[in-house]
Amino acid sequence: MAVSETMNAPEASNGSPLSAHEGAPESARERAAQYVVSRHRFRPAEALPWLLAIAAYFIFPDRMTFGSQVAIMIMFALSLDLILGYAGIVTLGHAAFFGIGAYTVALMVVRFGWTEPISGLFAAAILTGIFGFVLGWFTLRYRGLTLIMLTLATAIMLQEAGNLRSDITGGYDGLPGLTFKPLFGIFNYDLYGHAYYLYAMAALAIVFVLVRRIVYSPFGQALTGIRENVRRMHAIGSPVHRRLVTVYTISAAIAGVAGALFTQTNAYVTLTVFDFDNSAKVMVMLILGGTGRLYGAFVGAVVYLILEDDLSKFSPTFWQFGIGLLLVLTVLFAPRGLLGLIENAAAYLSKRFKS
Amino acid sequence: MPQYANIAVSILFDGLAYAMFLFITSVGLSVTMGLMNFVNLAHGAFAMAGGYLVVTLTRSLGVPFIPSLIVAAVVVGAVSVVFERLLYRRLYRATDLEQVLLTIGLAFMAIATYTYFYGPIPKSVPLPRWLEGDVNLGFRTFPSYRAFLIVVGFLLIAVLWYGFERTNIGAKIRAAVDNRRMAQSVGINVDRLFTLIFALGSGLAALGGGLAIQLLGLNPSFAVIYLVLFLLVVAVGGLGSLKGTLLAALVLGIFDTAGKYLFADAGGFFIYAITVLVLLVKPAGFYGRE
Amino acid sequence: MRILRWLGLATLALTVGGTAQAETVKIGVVLPFSGANADLGHQIDKAFDLYVKLHAKDILPNKVEIIKRDEGPPTGAKAKTTATELITNDKVKILTGFVFSPSAIALAPVVTQAKVPSIIANAGTAWITNLSPYIVRLSFSMWDPAYPMGAYAYKNVGCKTAAVAYTDFPPGKDSVEAFKTGFEKAGGKITLSIPMGSPVQVPDFTPFLQRVKDAHPDCLYAFVPSGAHATGIMKAYGELGLRKAGIKLIGPMDLIPDNKLQDMGDAAIGTIVMGHYAVDLDSPANKAFKAEWHKAYGPDSYPDFMSAAGWDTMHAIFDTINKLHGNLSDGMKVVNALKGWSADGPRGHVMIDPATRDIVQDEHALEVYRKPDGKLGERILSTTKAVKDECKVLKLGRCGS
Repeated sequence: MAVSETMNAPEASNGSPLSAHEGAPESARERAAQYVVSRHRFRPAEALPWLLAIAAYFIFPDRMTFGSQVAIMIMFALSLDLILGYAGIVTLGHAAFFGIGAYTVALMVVRFGWTEPISGLFAAAILTGIFGFVLGWFTLRYRGLTLIMLTLATAIMLQEAGNLRSDITGGYDGLPGLTFKPLFGIFNYDLYGHAYYLYAMAALAIVFVLVRRIVYSPFGQALTGIRENVRRMHAIGSPVHRRLVTVYTISAAIAGVAGALFTQTNAYVTLTVFDFDNSAKVMVMLILGGTGRLYGAFVGAVVYLILEDDLSKFSPTFWQFGIGLLLVLTVLFAPRGLLGLIENAAAYLSKRFKS
Repeated sequence: MPQYANIAVSILFDGLAYAMFLFITSVGLSVTMGLMNFVNLAHGAFAMAGGYLVVTLTRSLGVPFIPSLIVAAVVVGAVSVVFERLLYRRLYRATDLEQVLLTIGLAFMAIATYTYFYGPIPKSVPLPRWLEGDVNLGFRTFPSYRAFLIVVGFLLIAVLWYGFERTNIGAKIRAAVDNRRMAQSVGINVDRLFTLIFALGSGLAALGGGLAIQLLGLNPSFAVIYLVLFLLVVAVGGLGSLKGTLLAALVLGIFDTAGKYLFADAGGFFIYAITVLVLLVKPAGFYGRE
Repeated sequence: MRILRWLGLATLALTVGGTAQAETVKIGVVLPFSGANADLGHQIDKAFDLYVKLHAKDILPNKVEIIKRDEGPPTGAKAKTTATELITNDKVKILTGFVFSPSAIALAPVVTQAKVPSIIANAGTAWITNLSPYIVRLSFSMWDPAYPMGAYAYKNVGCKTAAVAYTDFPPGKDSVEAFKTGFEKAGGKITLSIPMGSPVQVPDFTPFLQRVKDAHPDCLYAFVPSGAHATGIMKAYGELGLRKAGIKLIGPMDLIPDNKLQDMGDAAIGTIVMGHYAVDLDSPANKAFKAEWHKAYGPDSYPDFMSAAGWDTMHAIFDTINKLHGNLSDGMKVVNALKGWSADGPRGHVMIDPATRDIVQDEHALEVYRKPDGKLGERILSTTKAVKDECKVLKLGRCGS
């Protein structure tokens, strides 16, 4: 590993290297491993979003349908963070995966009468993952505008294909009236959307833990390396393309699960899930919240959706202007996103308290 | 004329007119992105601004169509300089993402503003008599407006070519696109050059927007709906290349028209399929570098 | 003795006063107020506001409270969340609006479960009313204008052969299928069927119409979303000289939206459409409607078929409020009150079919002509009375479920 070569052993004041008695790790390699392991550990502040989510269940019991949609968008944004924030891949076609996941579940119901929800999520993940693998294999050789246009064009062509076979997909009127078996045989869909909120949140939690593990693993480090300096990664022999395709596949699978949840919570899906708008929206949410830090997806999605909901009740034109302004201000004054602002504030406060 | 020849002529003619529109509106984006590496997704908003300005000039102020186009192009070009100086300049060294975010934010603000002032109902523009109807070229007739588009397109290509290839400024621009550092080191003021290019590109976008009203209609969502189209042209043509944008506009425009004519079911596919094919073979577009 | 009498009178007064409770009926209005389709939402919203303003006194002492929410894009998801919250949070008794069919479709399981009537003021996919017993439609089914147009085109417009061109989404496909069914039944032949791209972007219509020109049908039946598409296709029709080539332009009234007709110019003259509303309809109800509209919104603002539907929707709701004395808490009672409702509105005589809960209305064959004052107008050539949704009558596809 390149790391061990450049790190020097710390020296004690008398010039000799620290001995093992002092508890310091023997080699730089062990230090590196310990660093990676320590990042894995959950910090107390990380419980906050989950506590808030549970609190929302009790404080806003009548906004749970909205809450499920927020959970779904967070998951979608998380999937994008994996490739955008960590691996540095800019793509405008992520809605393709969302759509494939959504339609997998719908077609399972319509064509095979398969209405069990949880297995639907797995099926969506697998199918979307396969598609992501294939697409990634071909397109991840390119970057920049080329990659953006390739992914965008693919998503649009997928949508057009869906319209061509609207006998299967229902076209823009979609596939309505999808009913699902109760979760675990007990929890059924209800008007207030309670059970489905918890379901979406639980799925989000599981996905999140998975993503977190990936990101803090050596694999995740390699991704960051690719993002920061791909030439150097090539130079040290890191299998860049393979790593990118892997993370793209995982990201696609997660986006597919988000899409599947979308179909299940809405009991309805149309071709609009493939819209370019969807890809653009999730990217805006993620960047607003802050990329490369996982929780940016949470902050971005929640802020965006709540603002959209509230401001558009007030005046839809205002909302559009407002979100545009927010984006401009974020770029100019909060380049690491809203989460960056929060982190700065937290760092500032902790400094104040220390001194 | 024999049937298939007639069809071919129709496709070529219509495709050419559409291609001219694509070229005029996209060339500014291509040169901007190529020269300064700045992703300006508000480009569509400048086109839209041009369109609305033409509407106001012709409908409320009674200015004839052609002068309105020119005025709109100049005004939007001038106003874009303000944006460039105040906002865009700060982000030249920022990441692609930040530029995307900023310019999308501006586009949203533009859409909301125009919705507020003009309302969401699509607008049209009153054309002079000689642009309505058709023109007889002997062997068959063609819609006048589209013929007009083709003529305007050719004129612009000629002017731009001359400007880029034969003038001093053009040489400087080409030098800066090719190798910015070198250009700066021989004393070319790249910053000022860029402002000029940006204004020109935005002005052309506004012209394209004004010309598009008759073709595609105009409503406040114009800024984002057609943005994808412009990005396709720029990506396929290659950043920073006049020739590339023209070739891409021609290929995409004509194939799109042909596809819609011959295979209406799957017509929409063509423009995207071609983009994918070109990019897989030539990732930097027809005349892009690296 | 006197005290008893006073007590008796007081009790009587209290009882009588008690039953004359004033109800405020909350109505949730879900329409697109933002985005590319905001103008459609505004057309209906203006009609709603106008009716409420003019007829609030008709339902006294009861009142209505209108809560407006954005329908969002035609994906259905936002409409569903919005409508669900209107029901659970704002406790509306009636939902109405819905420009897009996916919104109404997405809503069906919700309104069934919540037992809240959903009164559709626009969405036109034929089988929507089958999705829930709580859905009532006051606007139209795509089949209403398209099916009669088939027979009319063959018998009266001289179309023996026809090409059909449509924007490639469900309303386009439905409209064309309806026309085809009626046309072929009457003896006509469809020679060409062209999908014309997505509803989001207005395409360059020239290649599609060029193909039609080269196929030489007698007529072209075209469906495009009312709005920028309609203007676009009309312009292309004019530029390519299709009328001179002998190809007549026919379609549903979406082809010549009233608020865009003036922009269409000479190209539109001679177009024949089948529609349930035209601004020039000469009935007393429409004249009054137009007068009130201009008074409220100015001489340059015109109502169209969506506004007319919105007006009738609010009319039906108000009549129901009166019928049920302001007590709309039982959703099924509301639906039953609406079944068989009829009135003379701006469109003419309209009725809600008790069997299908869908609208029954007159369809007029209209021709575009230049009026003496220079403006473009539509004249009625003939009227088919009391048209039902033929898709459900014939039980085709999803209409039969």
